[in-house]
Amino acid sequence: MKGKPLKAVKVSFDPERCKGCGYCSFVCPKHVIGFSENFNSRGFHYAFLNDPEKCIGCGFCALMCPDIAIRIEVINKD
Amino acid sequence: MKRFTRPRSMTDEMVPYCPGCGHGIAIRLIGEAIDELGIQGETIGIAPVGCAVRSWRLYRIDMMQAPHGRGPAVATGLKRALPEKIIFSYQGDGDSAAIGLAELIHAALRCEKITVFMVNNAIYGATGGQMAPTTLIGQYSTSYPEGRDPGLVGYPVKMAELIANVSRNSYSARVAVNNAKNVLSAKKAIVKAFRTQLNKLGFSFVEILSPCPTGWKMTPVESLNWIEKEMIPEYPLGEYSTPKNL
Repeated sequence: MKGKPLKAVKVSFDPERCKGCGYCSFVCPKHVIGFSENFNSRGFHYAFLNDPEKCIGCGFCALMCPDIAIRIEVINKD
Repeated sequence: MKRFTRPRSMTDEMVPYCPGCGHGIAIRLIGEAIDELGIQGETIGIAPVGCAVRSWRLYRIDMMQAPHGRGPAVATGLKRALPEKIIFSYQGDGDSAAIGLAELIHAALRCEKITVFMVNNAIYGATGGQMAPTTLIGQYSTSYPEGRDPGLVGYPVKMAELIANVSRNSYSARVAVNNAKNVLSAKKAIVKAFRTQLNKLGFSFVEILSPCPTGWKMTPVESLNWIEKEMIPEYPLGEYSTPKNL
């Protein structure tokens, strides 16, 4: 099926851990990560998933995150 | 079921580094390697002085602090007293390539069965961005704002090649954490370094090229591009020595 993700994954960002370095959006092949206009409690613009429908679940964002703020869960196995 | 979470061998502490610091990636990769090899109970880490010292809070393993640069010396003592434990030292480039160079080279010469991870960000990050032995030619630093002049202060030191030359049957590799592909090969090198120690083959050393946006006075994304354009041509990635039977 064209345009469908390979696996059903849930990518969640922890806004309190994020320092807004932008590595996740830099390596994202689909450019679906954006930065909030609000601040977290440490004063950073935190990352969030702009367009969850387009996310393919490659995991590059989590690989590059220096603050371990990204968590990826597989929702179903097939 | 594949998923990505915080490694089990790491605590829930916040990563205490500046935004975009490569230490967070390197520390996480070591945690993932410890999980993968199942050695959380047997591992003792050493964190000498510098930004690297703040890693002790992040691991759920025994950690020990060493005086500046003396990580390999403390690791030697620990390994000889407790030969069944897995000992690693997590150091920066100022720590291992400047003040602790003698300890590191002699630990490598003696073929101690320890693992040293050196995070190379080409600058003294913890003290405010002064010139380090690994600073590139022409690179800005607060102690040489006009750029490193090789006629005055010499050329950058290449640690992975140095260790490969002095230590027999050692594992020595240089990796980077500037994109997803390099992060994956960095993890493979870290696992191989631990395997070298687990199989009692010899000294293992991994140099990790890492961004320091605060010290380099760049944005985090600019610093990733700077590693790709300037640092990797000067410090080529790859394995410089691999022990037999690994």
